[in-house]
Amino acid sequence: MTVPRVERPGLFYPKLPATWWLRNANYFRFMLRELSSVFIALFLVVFLVQLHRLSQGPGAYAAYLETLRAPGWIIFHVVALAFALYHSVTWFNLTGVVQVVRLGERQVPPRLVAGASFALWAVVSVVLLWFLLRG
Amino acid sequence: MTEETMTLEVTRYRPGHDREPRTQSFTVPNRKDWVVLDALNHIKDRIDGTLTYRWSCRMGVCGSCGMMVNGVPKLTCAAFLRDYRSGPIRVEPLANFPIIRDLVVALDDFMDKLRRVKPWIIRAVEKPVSDGEYLQTPAQLDAYKQFSMCINCMLCYAACPVYGLEPAFLGPAAIALAYRYNLDSRDEGYRLREPVLSEAVGVWECTFVGECSVVCPKGVDPAAAIQRSKLAGATDWLLSMIMPWGSRR
Repeated sequence: MTVPRVERPGLFYPKLPATWWLRNANYFRFMLRELSSVFIALFLVVFLVQLHRLSQGPGAYAAYLETLRAPGWIIFHVVALAFALYHSVTWFNLTGVVQVVRLGERQVPPRLVAGASFALWAVVSVVLLWFLLRG
Repeated sequence: MTEETMTLEVTRYRPGHDREPRTQSFTVPNRKDWVVLDALNHIKDRIDGTLTYRWSCRMGVCGSCGMMVNGVPKLTCAAFLRDYRSGPIRVEPLANFPIIRDLVVALDDFMDKLRRVKPWIIRAVEKPVSDGEYLQTPAQLDAYKQFSMCINCMLCYAACPVYGLEPAFLGPAAIALAYRYNLDSRDEGYRLREPVLSEAVGVWECTFVGECSVVCPKGVDPAAAIQRSKLAGATDWLLSMIMPWGSRR
């Protein structure tokens, strides 16, 4: 929602250039975090197509897997994985700041909250890996 | 022995004369114990008396001397020349605000927003003075103390690209102060502040860039205040959906 600002005569109103996010490293990292969602969304589309092909039978699914073996698709998946990891790490780091956890009258340090989130992430990942790789 | 000098590149803007701000260079003594504000005072006293800027306490309390120093929002009374080596140092008015003259920006917008969040203790029923103070435990004080350190210097607004792109955004300091009073055990004004905070240009406009907390000279964490307000607002909304009869806060 953009509310037009009433500009007073005599004052100079600076405009933020479109390249503002190149001004400092934090702005740039923020933009990377925002951009990561695009890659995660694209990956989900690919994944949904994969499920659709699975529903069409073994032949269709095998053909789709063959398509995904192309170098372009492998590069896409590596980039998407990197962005997904970056998104997850920044998300868990911010969790500690946003979620105030209290033990009695004391606030649990944000680092501990983030640490617990990372630990939970690791446990869930190991359980999933075990489930997928047990053969 | 000749004194070491340094160049200050200062933004100049004369309303009614200049179409847009320009830069003027000044040579100032590069003294170890000088801050950018000292250099500006030197320019005003010895070189060009028309240079216009705000300052007052010179000790990081009043919040008047905020400017962009080499592109970063700083209190100029706390920005030492020695930290910028031999310079030059670029001194500009606080970003994202309309410029009135030289380094002076218009404060009206921030003041209006501050007023809107009612940053004072609101009581449903005021108790008479004869009944004594509203007491508070150290833990109750700790809950909001960090957010009460704000000096309204507006560096956080200058650091916020969201405010730069959407001037209607309530902004970091106003939300942090609203949050500060919402956390205060003596306060009963949550319901009055909530509509302002939950507007589209309230807390939800924030995309958590986080730079407001980085530049705050008083160690306040406005970014955390905003995200926690989002969480409180969302929890409230959810509870009102599940239990429409329940009274909240």
